[in-house]
Amino acid sequence: MADKPTAAVKEPLFHITKRTDISTWKKILARAVAIVAAFVLCGLLAMVLIPSIGENPAKLGRFYKCFIDGSFKTINIVWRVLRDLSVLLCISLAITPAFKMKFWNIGAEGQVLVGILAAEGIAFKFGGIFSEPVLLLIMLLSAVVAGAIWGLIPAFFKAIWGTNETLFTLMMNYIATFLVSFFLSLWITNGSQVMPKQSHGALPAIAGNANLPVIILTAILTVLIYVYLNYSKHGYEISVVGESVNTAKYIGINVKKVIIRTMLLSGALCGFAGFLIGAGINQSVSPTSVGGKGFTAIMVSWLAKFSPAFMVLTSALVVFLQRGAAEITSIFNVSGSLADIFVGLTLFFVIGCEFFLTYELHFRKSKQEGKENNA
Amino acid sequence: MLRKILSLVLALAMILSAAIVLASCSDETDSFKIGIILLHDENSTYDLNFLNGIMDAKAQLGLSDEQVIIKKNIPESQACTDAAEELVEAGCKVIFADSFGHETYLLPVAKANPGVEFCHATGTMAHTEGLANFHNAFASIYEGRYLAGIAAGMKLNEIKAAGQLKGEVPMMGYVGAFTYAEVLSGYTSFYLGAKSVCPDVQMKVQFTGSWYNEVEEKSAAEALIAAGCDLISQHADSMGAPTACENAGIPNISYNGSTLAACPNTFIVSSRIDWAPYFKYIINQSKAGEAIATDWTGTIETGSVVLTDVNTNVAAEGTVAAIEAATAAMRAGTLHVFDTATAGFITVNGAALDSYMADVDTDADYTPDTEVVKDGYFHESEFRSAPYFDVQIDGIELLNVNFG
Repeated sequence: MADKPTAAVKEPLFHITKRTDISTWKKILARAVAIVAAFVLCGLLAMVLIPSIGENPAKLGRFYKCFIDGSFKTINIVWRVLRDLSVLLCISLAITPAFKMKFWNIGAEGQVLVGILAAEGIAFKFGGIFSEPVLLLIMLLSAVVAGAIWGLIPAFFKAIWGTNETLFTLMMNYIATFLVSFFLSLWITNGSQVMPKQSHGALPAIAGNANLPVIILTAILTVLIYVYLNYSKHGYEISVVGESVNTAKYIGINVKKVIIRTMLLSGALCGFAGFLIGAGINQSVSPTSVGGKGFTAIMVSWLAKFSPAFMVLTSALVVFLQRGAAEITSIFNVSGSLADIFVGLTLFFVIGCEFFLTYELHFRKSKQEGKENNA
Repeated sequence: MLRKILSLVLALAMILSAAIVLASCSDETDSFKIGIILLHDENSTYDLNFLNGIMDAKAQLGLSDEQVIIKKNIPESQACTDAAEELVEAGCKVIFADSFGHETYLLPVAKANPGVEFCHATGTMAHTEGLANFHNAFASIYEGRYLAGIAAGMKLNEIKAAGQLKGEVPMMGYVGAFTYAEVLSGYTSFYLGAKSVCPDVQMKVQFTGSWYNEVEEKSAAEALIAAGCDLISQHADSMGAPTACENAGIPNISYNGSTLAACPNTFIVSSRIDWAPYFKYIINQSKAGEAIATDWTGTIETGSVVLTDVNTNVAAEGTVAAIEAATAAMRAGTLHVFDTATAGFITVNGAALDSYMADVDTDADYTPDTEVVKDGYFHESEFRSAPYFDVQIDGIELLNVNFG
């Protein structure tokens, strides 16, 4: 017995190792297959859950057509897709430096919201007093400063006292939401808590297209963040702190300074996203102005493995899914929750696919095989 | 194995793409279409009420599925403008939005599309914007609340006669959403209905700062019950308050629909706005090429203000007859809810309400602009459809002033 120690070790059902040798085209194919498989499953689910399709499976074609129509039906809709994609991309870019540093900032929702609040507060109070370019500039600055402060507070506590940034940034979201309610009560004296669309402080349309300013500004930001993360000393420091705080300390990086500086940047960029939503799209603020994009952006950023270029693709995927699902809700007159199920299901497949692309499962070989191996 | 799965998936994908090419998303006919924009979906009682309204109208007018396009979960933002533009592109002749904050996002689309009619519930700007194709609508729900208040007053009289009042005077509790005219108008008319049959009644109001928050509404109702209220009513959209009442055995006057099934031992009656008459009206006017009223106020007469059946197990004796009598008097024009002529019925700091300037025309500072008390009553929902009664009258105590 003693000379066969392997028999005493209980082998688990499966174990996981990291993949190193998977080719690029295989990765692309696997992802495409995952998305197609998810769509097939969505269709099967639709047959079960949407009565009009269940009765007449021929309508399934219409189901998929609607899913695509949600993003591509008319040229105006395509512009809106690009605009929504830009906003989601902008927030994703904003949170990326902090995440790369392994600072779990789940407070983008609040940081963007205070940005919108600051910008629209300025538009509400000073619209018509300053000229439009001056007003827009003040809105931009206040949004960026507000977002930066909202990001700085948890970073400061983390750097100095080691507080948990996840809980801290989460709680800051609630404060931001109630801050908006508070100011709406203060400003909107009829008690409705609804700020009407502001007539001042809108980003000017470019060539008659009101969506273009948001799209162009985000495109520029994407390039800047790409350069910052990959080719600047700051970007390098962020990577090192993210990989190992001790290594960073050893090579003389001031970790506290990097944490605070990066969160300041992250918050400021969230504030900038708030400016885009406020001045570029809604021209108003409400407690739900961000609508969960601050959380969706975390997934967009992760799925893209913190690469700004891939983030364009992942945010496009998310916007495509959301708009397609909304179109299904409208055309088939089903509950909005069903649409959320389709979006969730597809993302589950995509995320699952990423897991299997990164890791490999090794199942325990059956006992007979084991014996043969021993022999 | 992998290859098999792959080929299966690819085959399916090819079938799918073929199906997509063959199918069309909407059956292209040039018939009439109406587009509906809802703030939430059927999970909100507020939006469900509109959804039921359009479905009733659709069934009664024989419209097909393709003729009614419903966009759900549209926030009060640019998303509303986008949705309205998409409905115009889809060929809708009438577009309806259900939430107050949609208004300023609907107006630009109305300006750009004079050939399409835009109708907006609870809004305030149609009569000042001067657009021929933009309209507001609401209902005289204060009349429904008044009638429900009568049921409350009679129940209090019964409790008083049995010597089971918690305090010196009959005390009602009211869970409100915001200190907004729509809510003030609602609870004041409810209180006046009760006062019309139970003269010494008083009321406490607790605000939640949200249109839908089950936990807050429940705890507000519980606080009111603990503060000595003999009966509870509410203007918020969840089951919070009715549930608290059922648990504590306190009678409840509900809103937006019957809660009888969940609260058989405490539910008395509920008032609500039925939107089907308005939907039928705008569809018929549009089809006939006739103008839609700038401000449309649904009434008991139009079938827009409705009460559920009275739960006679809980309600006081004679409630049904009393409500019927008051309804008849309202129809005849002899009963006005906000009656300022009868001495001592409506007082503000002890004085009669002879004059009141209401904020009817919306401006940036919400300045009062119109005299609304004349001929012995406050003229609610006459100068515009949305409520503007925001007077705090004697007998009603506000426990908090909401700020979200």
